[in-house]
Amino acid sequence: MSHDATEHPSPALQKLPEDALAPVQEMVRACIQCGTCTASCPNAFAMDHTPRKLWRMVLMGQSAAIFQSRTFYLCSTCYFCTLRCPRGLPLTEAMDALKATAGRENLKPYRRSSRFYKQFLNSVRRHGRVREVEFMTHYFMEMKDPRLPFSYASLGLKLMGKGKAALQLPSKGEGKLEGLFQAVEDQKF
Amino acid sequence: MKYTYYPGCSLEGSAKEYDRATRSIMAALDVSLIDIPDWTCCGATAARAFDSLLSLALPARNLALAQSVEDNPDILVPCSACYLNLKDVKEKIRGDAELKARLNTVLQDEDVQLENPPRVRHLLDVLARDITAAALEKARRQSLEGLSIAPYYGCQCLRPYAEFDDPEEPRSMEALINATGARVHPWKMGGQCCGAGHMNTKPEVGMQLVAPILEAAREAAAIATVCPMCQINLEGFQKRISRQTGRKYNITILYLPQLLGLALGLSGQELGLGLNLALTREFKNRIAA
Repeated sequence: MSHDATEHPSPALQKLPEDALAPVQEMVRACIQCGTCTASCPNAFAMDHTPRKLWRMVLMGQSAAIFQSRTFYLCSTCYFCTLRCPRGLPLTEAMDALKATAGRENLKPYRRSSRFYKQFLNSVRRHGRVREVEFMTHYFMEMKDPRLPFSYASLGLKLMGKGKAALQLPSKGEGKLEGLFQAVEDQKF
Repeated sequence: MKYTYYPGCSLEGSAKEYDRATRSIMAALDVSLIDIPDWTCCGATAARAFDSLLSLALPARNLALAQSVEDNPDILVPCSACYLNLKDVKEKIRGDAELKARLNTVLQDEDVQLENPPRVRHLLDVLARDITAAALEKARRQSLEGLSIAPYYGCQCLRPYAEFDDPEEPRSMEALINATGARVHPWKMGGQCCGAGHMNTKPEVGMQLVAPILEAAREAAAIATVCPMCQINLEGFQKRISRQTGRKYNITILYLPQLLGLALGLSGQELGLGLNLALTREFKNRIAA
């Protein structure tokens, strides 16, 4: 599957900046391909490429195949690989960097997760603290999948029943952390 | 004893009882908590997966605000994700003046600056090493004898920073559980991953991480947690996982300070026990007895 993807990258992948992998390559340059990360990963069973193989693909610059794979999006940030890596590489942060690129480029396979993060952070930008129901409402609106809210309904109702979540209408809010978010964006240029 | 307190967003929402129980046991133990004034979100796992500078700037704001608390007491953090985010900044600016300057540029608009923020401590660290099991046992009003409790640590209070416990085979909760009169359920799942946000965005994978944890605790009276994400993953989906696996799971999941609070003689109300999603009838009867 990933082989085909490499040969026929989607338009979004073709537009990936050439240096998209550069910061991640820097992080894993010293990888010796020992596989300790794969053996330590609780999510390896569900990945299409093992973490060890992913680092090799990063160093080989295979962005099209990497950004079609499930691997980095299945990292649940448990830090076992980072703890055990014999070269002391920041592997969890390397996974985060790949997630950030996929989110920034709005790559289709990762939208369920990247939009979840985006709406979470938008809520923080507006209010300073996350408002769980409000950000989920924005998330559902952005995903435009009428079935999606139902998969959260059972837990959502339980939380509301306990007074731990309150219905909040989507709002533009007061822009509590607008300045900080803006300053972070300005740092990049 | 006095700490600066960072509750974090979950403790105002889905983990209200974690906040209530933490404040109640600290009051009972004569420990004062001073909230960081005007604290905001630490970025959770979302900011890390979005932008690395933002993921440091959000906790940095809170560290900078914490500097205003008199006497510079350590920052006590109950949520493991918040703990890691705050600690990460503290560790990374040590010896990286350039990063510190960059964060301070971002913080200018917030009218705060990072100088030398206080130490960042997880609630479990404070309970195990500052308050100590011995002091808890001394303050005990009710023995939880006969209960066997499975200590669940999760990931981010243990890794990547091995600050107060063995990051592979954690044991810091055991003496605390014994101090309540309960015994420790023997298992190997304490430091394993609950899948974190997978239950939200990739439930088919998340379930495969949660189910073995529940299975290994089948004989325990309860699982004790120290993280809102772990707690909700273990308590919120038991019916769904039972349907999928054909194994019935009905296991009490509670926050460690709730368990300790019971031994200190605090009421269900003071510990927010009514807010838990998975407290079995058997467990309720046992603690009422």
